[in-house]
Amino acid sequence: MTREKKGWRQLAEIFLSFLRIGPVTFGGGYAMIPLIEREVVKRRGWISEREIAEIFAVAESVPGAIAINSAAFIGYRLAGARGAVAALLGIMLPTFLIVLLLCALFLQVRDEPKIAGAFMGIKAAIVALIAYAAYTIGKTAVLDKTTLAAVLCTVALLLILHVHPVPVILAGAVAGIVLVKLRDLAGWKTKLETKEDKNGYEWFMGEGI
Amino acid sequence: MLAELFVTFLVIGFVSFGGGYAMIPVIERQVVETHGWMSYEQFADVIAVAGMSPGPIAINSAIFVGYQTAGVAGAVAAAAGMVVPSLTIILLISLFFYKVNQSRIVQSAFYGLRPIITGLIIYAGITFAMRNGVFGAWNWQTAVLIAIFLFGLFALFRLRLHPVYVILLSGLAGAAFFG
Repeated sequence: MTREKKGWRQLAEIFLSFLRIGPVTFGGGYAMIPLIEREVVKRRGWISEREIAEIFAVAESVPGAIAINSAAFIGYRLAGARGAVAALLGIMLPTFLIVLLLCALFLQVRDEPKIAGAFMGIKAAIVALIAYAAYTIGKTAVLDKTTLAAVLCTVALLLILHVHPVPVILAGAVAGIVLVKLRDLAGWKTKLETKEDKNGYEWFMGEGI
Repeated sequence: MLAELFVTFLVIGFVSFGGGYAMIPVIERQVVETHGWMSYEQFADVIAVAGMSPGPIAINSAIFVGYQTAGVAGAVAAAAGMVVPSLTIILLISLFFYKVNQSRIVQSAFYGLRPIITGLIIYAGITFAMRNGVFGAWNWQTAVLIAIFLFGLFALFRLRLHPVYVILLSGLAGAAFFG
């Protein structure tokens, strides 16, 4: 087989592997993680167990959905930039089409009384889902008085002062860096993560949806 | 329009830490207030549908917004916008800063980001509740919505029910009571 053919074959394999993962994962991005691992580590043997844990850790530390980041990362490791694109297309295509279908369907039936009624109930449930997500991430976020204050400040800024979320996010990242640096210089200890973080990625229900 | 969609979600993509529910206020602010592409009520439906579909809720929302605004092309533009930052950053990291999760700077940034994300999610919850009748006037409708909300909490925290089932059951309840 010529080298070029082998290249295309590999891209196709990457694409197909990630294609299999997409459609079955309800409940959001984190639910894809075990499936990615099963496909890429166990079934294909492309990545080792140790490496995949690192990949997920990095994928979580950058913006973007963790499943998308992981796919891009793995694809890149296997076949460079083209591999990353193949992986992304694979993981996104089925859900893209399904969501599109559901949207089109919904826009047709949204005024039907039963549908409208159902959605009233669903939206009430979503408040519960949001509360659960807040609690899950709150546990890893509120480590000390500073972080608690940060949470309350954020809610106040957004709710009362109607500040745009994006500057708040950026300010939070910068503030975190500056604060920890200052504390390091002053010789104070800062707790940067909880023990729960060490558990890895099993705790996906309700978070990072 | 397509360019607007792409750029809007590109920006959102670059700050999408903390996953879907934290991004609701960000997407909502851009879609409803800045661009006026839809009303708050319509956007709430976007979240509901996005939450019921497979895949990350943030990307699903982008697809829905894009589709309602500009058809399939809009959906593609919005989804592409959300994904390009991921691709770009991963490429950069692979080339230069491989183990970013171990960098103290990144950890410090997340020390600051996680409370912000928590605050965003709380804010999302409060505003979503306000705009969808859970904090409504005192009538039996609100009472049913509050009951569904409380059941949802119970199901998630105590019964450890999967979110999809919570949504399904609340949808049935909603159809029965309000349909």
